[in-house]
Amino acid sequence: MTVGLFIPCYVDQFYPSAAKATLELLQKLGVDVVYPLNQTCCGQPMANSGFEYLSQDCNDLFIKNFSSFDYIVGPSASCILHIKEHLHADKNEEQATNIRTKVYELVEFLTDVLKIEKLDAVFPHKVGLHHSCHGLRGLHLSQMSELNAPPFSKPQHLLNMVSGLEQIKLDRLDECCGFGGAFCVSEEAVSVKMGKDRVKDHTKNGAEYITSSDLSCLMHLEGILHRNKSSVKIIHIAEILNATR
Amino acid sequence: MSQTKTKDHAAMARAFIKDEERVDWHDGALWYIREKRDLAAKQIPEWEQLRETASMIKNNVISNLHDYLLQFEANLTKNGVVVHWADSAEEHNEIVYSILKAKEINQMVKSKSMLTEECHLNEYLEERGIEVINSDLGEYIQQIDQEPPSHIVLPCIHKRKEEIGELFHEHLGTEKGLSDPTLLTRVARKHLRNIFLTRRGALTGVNFAVAETGEYVVCTNEGNADMGAHLSEVQIASMGLEKIIPQKKHLGIFLRLLARSATGQPITIYSSHYKKPRKGQEMHLILVDAGRTRQLGRPDFRDSLKCIKCGGCMNTCPVYRKSGGLSYQNTISGPIGAILAPNLDMKKHADLPYASTLCGSCSNVCPVKINIHEQLYKWRQEIVKEGYAPTTKTLGMKTMAWTLSSPEKLSTAGKAGRWFLHNVPFVVNNKLNPWYRQRDMPEGPKESFAEWFTKNSVKK
Repeated sequence: MTVGLFIPCYVDQFYPSAAKATLELLQKLGVDVVYPLNQTCCGQPMANSGFEYLSQDCNDLFIKNFSSFDYIVGPSASCILHIKEHLHADKNEEQATNIRTKVYELVEFLTDVLKIEKLDAVFPHKVGLHHSCHGLRGLHLSQMSELNAPPFSKPQHLLNMVSGLEQIKLDRLDECCGFGGAFCVSEEAVSVKMGKDRVKDHTKNGAEYITSSDLSCLMHLEGILHRNKSSVKIIHIAEILNATR
Repeated sequence: MSQTKTKDHAAMARAFIKDEERVDWHDGALWYIREKRDLAAKQIPEWEQLRETASMIKNNVISNLHDYLLQFEANLTKNGVVVHWADSAEEHNEIVYSILKAKEINQMVKSKSMLTEECHLNEYLEERGIEVINSDLGEYIQQIDQEPPSHIVLPCIHKRKEEIGELFHEHLGTEKGLSDPTLLTRVARKHLRNIFLTRRGALTGVNFAVAETGEYVVCTNEGNADMGAHLSEVQIASMGLEKIIPQKKHLGIFLRLLARSATGQPITIYSSHYKKPRKGQEMHLILVDAGRTRQLGRPDFRDSLKCIKCGGCMNTCPVYRKSGGLSYQNTISGPIGAILAPNLDMKKHADLPYASTLCGSCSNVCPVKINIHEQLYKWRQEIVKEGYAPTTKTLGMKTMAWTLSSPEKLSTAGKAGRWFLHNVPFVVNNKLNPWYRQRDMPEGPKESFAEWFTKNSVKK
């Protein structure tokens, strides 16, 4: 099994440690990982702003980089969801369709494809899990609180395998953090208020770390934490799952 | 009839958020209702099946609207109700006016109806010498304050009880400083009682119109629709074309969903069925299009017509909770308003599909399973296509797309973060940058992952 590692543009540039952890974790689990160097972006920044028609070059490049792998895995639920829902190519629709069925967010790849039941990770801290909306309601990584349906959570299942880790309980289980792509600047006031309220939920319930499968949410929450000189840190879930003593 | 507005949603929301204590209270009040809704939904094992069934019935309705409307009209006529068809808001208002004028009625009582708010009926009638009193308590309060409703189910949810006490003091002569909800309600009740007893004309909205029988159902918690209708000589009902359900038996599904989704109640206190006029009474029903058939003709957006106006999407929407309903500047606010409004006036409401993080919670609470967040995404594409996006935004997007589509351009853009630092708005470190106003920027690492990988690729 060969996996193409998709590292979204902003993760590559701002959070390389999460990308390294993803690569190392997959390798530790015996996966043959290839990182195509010519990759850039999933195209979501344009598409979510209403400029989907400008994202075709990104789509074509993505197809060129990733169509040869058995699976494509990336540490960002939002980007993966975008590929799953919107990757199209008039000239190459067959390959686009094929990619849409084999692209996985890291957490779901670990639980659904590798089906791992134990991990060698150690992370002796109190951790709050932030469900990114695209991971939750888009990729169904966990049960959504609005539905009358049996609960489950893939990220929680993985975090349960980490020794020393204590998961804190939140008042609002799966509320949006307010990042929302361009929303974070175009609706700055609402975005920040939403972020502050999510941060408050985590801090008042004792989190030392806020983790998620989406760094875009975490980048926004980190900006608020830093501005307010909070000691609470953000960490991508791959870094926790890859942490050793 | 494109109107301009001086402030967009973001600016209105910013003004609302200035009073953080109020926002926290507003957010908490609506979240409490969302929690009540969850509790009510989770007490019914077949909840998701109910939603699916309701969704399918409404799919059937909007696909066969023509036939159901004709059937409904025929049955209404058979029952002795006069049926009117209105193509536009103006035509609707003219019809109401002509009905009242024929009976020389110059005072009317009106129960909650978002359609008549959308048509600006009160203003229209008042300009022609007809006084209208809203009898729903929340709408009554909003009317006294000369403000539109901020929520379709809870019209004055943005007001605190002290502010309502102040309004009552000013307009109804209650003692200053009175803020006890029970006492305030009693005062309103007394005033409204007199209105009900003296009004010869009454108008109600319609929650469900049953094609099979020609009856319509109005749901209230206050009984105000009934008080108005039962005491009137002329009873008028205004409904949007989409309010049809095929058969009476379908009410069992919709009535179970409506109140649970709206407020977490098992059912509204009153579900009143109106079918025929009393002896000596006149009953009129106005079927209003006002853009609905245009929406029906948009394949991506026609599902929005399934809405039963429960307001559940507003209660769960974090953007709505933090920004208040008035910031949407449309009668129907919140997520559902943001997919209905661009159909009415795309230029004026071009900001609304962007007043969302696309979190998707709205679609999950929707009792008729409208894919609200997907329609928000699609409206954005539509708005850009129609040329309603600001030019600066278009240029920025083109630059971004050009750079991101090529690894060479992105990497010659420089070392870790350099391209981003110059081109992504949220990382510029100055006061003009909206990201930086209340958030620090990410700390740029020494090297990007790609740089690290290239150096260490032997590690594999």
